Amino acid sequence: MIKFLIYVAIILTVFAIGYLVRVFELASGLKGNKPHIITEKDNRLNGRIMLTFLVVFFLFVIWNLKSFVPLTLPKSASEHGDDLDWLFNFNMAILFIVFTLTHILLFYFAYKYYGRDNNRATYFPHSNKLEMIWTVIPAIVLAVIIIFGLRAWNKITAKASDDAIVIQLYAKQFDWTARYAGADNKLGDSNYKLITDENALGMDEKDAKGADDIVVRNEFHIPVGKEIEFKLNAREVIHSAFMPHFRAQMNCVPGMTTMLHFTPTVTTEEMRKDPYVIELMKGINEARAKRGEKPEEFNYMLLCNKICGNSHYNMQMTIIVESEADYNKWLSSQKPFFAKK
Amino acid sequence: MENHDLHAHAHHHGHEEEHHHEESFVSKYIFSMDHKTISRQFLITAVIMAFIAMIMSILFRLQLAWPGEKFWIMNFLLGDKWAPGGVLDAGMYMQLVTIHGTIMVFMVLTGGLSGTFSNLLIPYQIGARDMASGFLNMLSYWFFFLSSVFMLMGFMVESGAASGGWTVYPPLSALPQAMEGSRMGMTLWLVSMSFFIVSSLLGGLNYITTVINLRTKGMSMTRLPLTIWAFFVTAILGVLSFPVLFSAALLLIFDRSFGTSFYLSDIYIGGQALEQTGGSPILYEHLFWFLGHPEVYIIILPALGLTSEIISVNARKPIFGYRAMIGSILAIGFLSFIVWGHHMFITGMNPFLGSVFVFTTLLIAIPSAVKAFNYITTLWKGNIRYTPAMLFAIGLVSTFISGGLTGIILADSALDIPIHDTLFVVAHFHIVMGLSAILGMLAGVYHWFPKMFLRHMNKKLGYIHFWGTFVAAYGVFFPMHFLGLAGLPRRYYTNSAFPMFDNLIDINIIMTSFAILGGLMQLVFLFNFFYSMFRGPKSEQNPWGSNTLEWTTPMANIHGNWPGALPVVHRWPYDYSKPGKEADFVPQTVPLADGEVDGGGH
Repeated sequence: MIKFLIYVAIILTVFAIGYLVRVFELASGLKGNKPHIITEKDNRLNGRIMLTFLVVFFLFVIWNLKSFVPLTLPKSASEHGDDLDWLFNFNMAILFIVFTLTHILLFYFAYKYYGRDNNRATYFPHSNKLEMIWTVIPAIVLAVIIIFGLRAWNKITAKASDDAIVIQLYAKQFDWTARYAGADNKLGDSNYKLITDENALGMDEKDAKGADDIVVRNEFHIPVGKEIEFKLNAREVIHSAFMPHFRAQMNCVPGMTTMLHFTPTVTTEEMRKDPYVIELMKGINEARAKRGEKPEEFNYMLLCNKICGNSHYNMQMTIIVESEADYNKWLSSQKPFFAKK
Repeated sequence: MENHDLHAHAHHHGHEEEHHHEESFVSKYIFSMDHKTISRQFLITAVIMAFIAMIMSILFRLQLAWPGEKFWIMNFLLGDKWAPGGVLDAGMYMQLVTIHGTIMVFMVLTGGLSGTFSNLLIPYQIGARDMASGFLNMLSYWFFFLSSVFMLMGFMVESGAASGGWTVYPPLSALPQAMEGSRMGMTLWLVSMSFFIVSSLLGGLNYITTVINLRTKGMSMTRLPLTIWAFFVTAILGVLSFPVLFSAALLLIFDRSFGTSFYLSDIYIGGQALEQTGGSPILYEHLFWFLGHPEVYIIILPALGLTSEIISVNARKPIFGYRAMIGSILAIGFLSFIVWGHHMFITGMNPFLGSVFVFTTLLIAIPSAVKAFNYITTLWKGNIRYTPAMLFAIGLVSTFISGGLTGIILADSALDIPIHDTLFVVAHFHIVMGLSAILGMLAGVYHWFPKMFLRHMNKKLGYIHFWGTFVAAYGVFFPMHFLGLAGLPRRYYTNSAFPMFDNLIDINIIMTSFAILGGLMQLVFLFNFFYSMFRGPKSEQNPWGSNTLEWTTPMANIHGNWPGALPVVHRWPYDYSKPGKEADFVPQTVPLADGEVDGGGH
């Protein structure tokens, strides 16, 4: 890595010196020449660079898509996530067409109409027809985008079903705690004034609903195919519960409870066997090997995605998605919080 | 009436100057009330601040590409506390990210951009002797200067500068226990921002008054150059939205220092439960973004205004769809006030309210699209003269489109969920707002340099500067989208804490390398800028063959701008290459010929 850095530094230094020399060269000639008068030669040169830039830029874009898209998140692991991925690709396809057409027009015109000494521009101040066209067409396209978008939004933000499994995610500087509602599927009351080192969530022992609540750290399990409703809280500053593989995110705000629900569709084990994920993990483990770190297996993660302090970058919890049977087995091996004493 | 008074005043003043021939250095260059001097003060301050903010960005980009690596330069610049052994400290990383954002958004692209060009061009292009109030204008600069100083002072206190991100959301920013950056540094941030808001209000009120009252004879609103329209609407946005930021800051100051609970409720920190209950941090977010969203248009509209003028002058064509351009500026200005909620889709806001914000936000895409298409059509069948300014203006059109398009994804509340606060957002707003506005500002600097400093900048250095900057800019920010799509959150000190991001290190190295290249390119600009200021070739009166009024003033910075009577305007500013005219431009002061139609009619 250091080698690469030195390599970059050397190249850049050479560039810098080259330009400095050029700067001095030009500076000495500054007064004699007319370094500010734009000639036809300048116009032609820049016009051609415009066209070259268009080509190089699109090659760069294609190279980016080819090399970096395979590094992005794997297929969605939740029900609504599939809809979102489809919608994202649909929108991106429209946007990419617009991006391509406008850039071709922009840079091609910039080349084609570079200034010639004996030329005169065409006086074309306005055209109601053209302006109408490019007001109405974007409006129609946007209407389509809005309709599809809001349909997905309404579906995602609809109320969770009554039999959804309730889990509290509790954020504090700088870790996560998950709390299961237990057999009654109801979380017990909690109060920030009851927080102690031991009772980090400030759970109220007097509330019967909380007697069966289970508290876990580092990793939490959820069953595949069942709707999960998360209730989110934060202890001192705003955090954000971000579960990118499930295309799910919601802020955790001190003083209020926010909610988020989804249905996982792919277990951790299944995801590990997905060809895309196998490729992805190969790349990750190659990079880790270079740093001298041991290989890792794929895991769903919960991250913090709202700046929350100096260690914001390292607030993690592993999410295990498994079959309902495995989930029940895991859950029954956990003791309720107040039973631990 | 107004013009008459000013005229008399200026005449009197000119008379005085003939006899005494001197103004003290202090009143001429430091506490000047002349719009031209104030404009130069804003520009030079902004260039320096931009350079500082850019160095900050290169420092944290180094850390992101080579996390935990030792860099001599870090230790050299930041010292042993913040970069022990040359490794950037996590707290300092947060400070750099925060102050980089604040300086760029407020000091450079709001104060610097509007301050420089509204001050320079409003009196010049509407045919006024000066701003409505020279004194308020002077105060506006000095409050801005104070604000810049206070912003940087954060780095000189022991606990460091503010570090809760440029949006400084409470409770993080309200609780000194939450992070070091929320102590003294945060107080300085709030003081700085209060000065900034005062500066912005004084400036804005002045710009609005001047445009409404001091237009010269014949300069109707539909003969105003698009630059002035943009500055005018920008100033209105600023005057209406900055006070809301002030209220947000004021309540934050109360929460921090006087034990109130506007933004605080049910908090347990540092081993104790705080007394405050009943407040909500979401209130701050609403107040902040009520400014924050108009703010991005406060940044981009002036850049678009400058670009409209520069593209038209250098394509030697009228700007296409002048009235549609005015309409879209007004539409963008209006809509910018009812879209702030799109920053808050995942705060737990009512989903129905979210839907409303989706709708209003996507509406903005329509006037924006009109503007982009109109720029492209202006180039069509033009006779494009490639001054460095023209290159930067075309660069702006490109970044405005490519950054604007990803905005359509982010405005869609459902799609925003998985990419909110990831680097996809950072890529989006850096391209559409950061780059576009910087390119527009640089275009303005190259174009009006002869008016400001009476000399020309070197064109070859300008070409190198543009192409290097443009390539580097896309090199940094295009790959950044993919980091976001890989789920990487913004404001992470290092990506190496999560194995899932380990394969992204190459993208980070590419981006940082381009960032360094971009930084070096700005050295070329700095050299050109300061060298040309003193040694550049003297400019003739109207070097670009422009129609607007500023080029009818003599090439000297005289008080009152025009030595004799004020110019009288007879036509719109975009008669370039008009059929039947010999020259390819017809200044606004040339009377209409018999039967000639004004405003783009044939």
